[in-house]
Amino acid sequence: MSNTTATPDFLQRRLPVTLQIEPRLQTGRWLPILSSLAALVLALFIGGILIALVGGDPFATYGHIANVAFGSLGGITDTLTKATPLILVGLACSLAFRMKLWNIGAEGQFYMGAWAASAVVLLPLLPATASPFLFIPVMMIAGMLGGAAWGFIPGFLKARFKVNEVITTLMLNYIAVAWNNFFIFAVWSEGGFQMSPMFPRTSWLPRLSDLAAQIKDFRGLTLHGGFIIALIAAVIVWFILNRSKWGYEIRLIGDNPKAAEYAGIPIKRNIILVMMVSGALAGLAGMSEISGTVHRLQGAISPGYGFTGIIIAWLAKLNPFAVILVSVFFGALLLAGREIQPSGIPKMIQGIVLVCLIASDFFVRYRVRITRREEA
Amino acid sequence: MDWTIILQAGVASGTVLLFATIGEIFAERSGVMNLGVEGMMLIGAMSAFSVTVSTGNPWLGLLVAMLAGGLLSQIHAFLTITLQSDQVVSGLALTFLGTGIALVLGEGLSKAGTIALLPVITLPVLSLIPIIGPILFTNQNILVYVGYLLVPIAWYYINRTRPGMHLRSVGEYPAAADALGINVYRLRYFYVGVGGVLAGLAGATISLAISPGWFSELTTGGLGWIAVGLVIFAQWDPVRGMMGAYAFGALRRMILDIQGPTILLGVANPFYYNPYWGFFLQMLPYAFTIIVLLIGSRDAVRKRIGTPAALGVPYVRGERGL
Repeated sequence: MSNTTATPDFLQRRLPVTLQIEPRLQTGRWLPILSSLAALVLALFIGGILIALVGGDPFATYGHIANVAFGSLGGITDTLTKATPLILVGLACSLAFRMKLWNIGAEGQFYMGAWAASAVVLLPLLPATASPFLFIPVMMIAGMLGGAAWGFIPGFLKARFKVNEVITTLMLNYIAVAWNNFFIFAVWSEGGFQMSPMFPRTSWLPRLSDLAAQIKDFRGLTLHGGFIIALIAAVIVWFILNRSKWGYEIRLIGDNPKAAEYAGIPIKRNIILVMMVSGALAGLAGMSEISGTVHRLQGAISPGYGFTGIIIAWLAKLNPFAVILVSVFFGALLLAGREIQPSGIPKMIQGIVLVCLIASDFFVRYRVRITRREEA
Repeated sequence: MDWTIILQAGVASGTVLLFATIGEIFAERSGVMNLGVEGMMLIGAMSAFSVTVSTGNPWLGLLVAMLAGGLLSQIHAFLTITLQSDQVVSGLALTFLGTGIALVLGEGLSKAGTIALLPVITLPVLSLIPIIGPILFTNQNILVYVGYLLVPIAWYYINRTRPGMHLRSVGEYPAAADALGINVYRLRYFYVGVGGVLAGLAGATISLAISPGWFSELTTGGLGWIAVGLVIFAQWDPVRGMMGAYAFGALRRMILDIQGPTILLGVANPFYYNPYWGFFLQMLPYAFTIIVLLIGSRDAVRKRIGTPAALGVPYVRGERGL
């Protein structure tokens, strides 16, 4: 067994140099960060070329995104508002991915969390006159339970029957959306519209604009308490992953499942648990969006947050604090993306970012040496 | 509900799944799982429709769709075979990328109106066979017949030919195949490409034949993912894949038709009187995919056959592995 791997034949024959690829024995602290940044820059560059090809102006497009997202206090808080659900789903994906558990179902778990949180208001579980100090925690718990239930199904199926979780979580997304649609069309519809009635004020997460009477500049600012919840969640997930025994188990299973099994770590139980906690985080994102921004249950509550969360987790290299930063970037992209034509551009850029990112990982894992070939 | 119509339409819309499933079987048999089927199908559907709108020639659209699907798949091949990236993540990236590109390039296409479609054919003698004739050989799109031919060809190629044996060896025991002089990297690139071409064809089948038009992401609506699930159910066998694909097609049609009659199974049809119950019908294909996956997984575990041994494992020459 050698350390060096040969270049694929078809490359070797055509190049005047020899490419030697060898695994890195040590990875510097800066290397993953640098590779993520490089991937991002490369992705924006490729995206720019594609925008130009379809007849847009890449500089104007990117300039517009930056200006809308960070050009004013209102813009910045709007960006953070958009980043809030992204941080939570990004954390959901990071936790599951750390165990190499491919939870692609954050989108469905988000919907079920939003649905369960809405049920507290709409069933109703609590009267509209209940104190916010009771309302908000109950809705948070309901949202997390909704997401966790939706995470339990694929977790159980994988642990018990070895059913591929990628496909089950994805299928459950479609089912969650149909479930949600049934309720906004048939059960909680307001006057035949495809949305529930507006929630009572007592169930809203506090917003910056609530302080407008004291601080004038806060007038109209939509940033809500969900952002604080998301930041706290990031600290908790970081603590779980890096400072707890359970986090050690998760990391060991992710890195080396065989070793984990020999060490007596209960893999099946962890699959179900991690899937449920991951689902709970995504469900919390749904609750925060419902209670903080939308204030009613309706159809288009997510422009694909659950899927963006996958890219965020990967770009952040599964680091909970990096998830916050990356979410702000994607929040900006989503915020400004609403006005960008053609409308598919943000999604396309997300795809390019992910492809560049995966490619860049190669250079974190391997060192490429180029040497001139001696013989002709 | 007319069962002949349900089965006839089921075979037609099952053809979409059939192409995608068989394509993925080829890729996975070579050891590469490609979760980007949905993205490749969307690219295929968009390019087929777009080319047909601008040239008026659906055959050209079909060709471009297959090329586009094949081209996109090579990104996945490069990432997973040469750069040895995780196949799950790379496949997801491919779906994002394909969806994004299809949405950008397909902007405005949904208003394009009617186009020339691929011909619908009734076969002269075969259509007269009772029961089977009206279902399989009457008023079917030409691509449906292509599907009939593809299944036995794929089965024969994989199980009875020399290149098919090479394909299987690369997916089961790449180190041994390499030692015998088979180029593992090149074959894997090729079969990932075959999967892409067939996924592109599946997309074109939607936009040019089965439900013509471009409806952005709703054009495929998760069919690509169902196809990936069907591969596991099919235990990597094209014939089982065909049965699964047609059964799913029939289910999709039944969901539409079940809401029509006022009386269902002798009682008042709840789906007719309360159309909102239709949302639960909409869940069925996705719920069925999970059930089918559950059956497939249990079978595979019990019999320990089917799954290509090297599926999902990058091949690195000289490194200890499978």
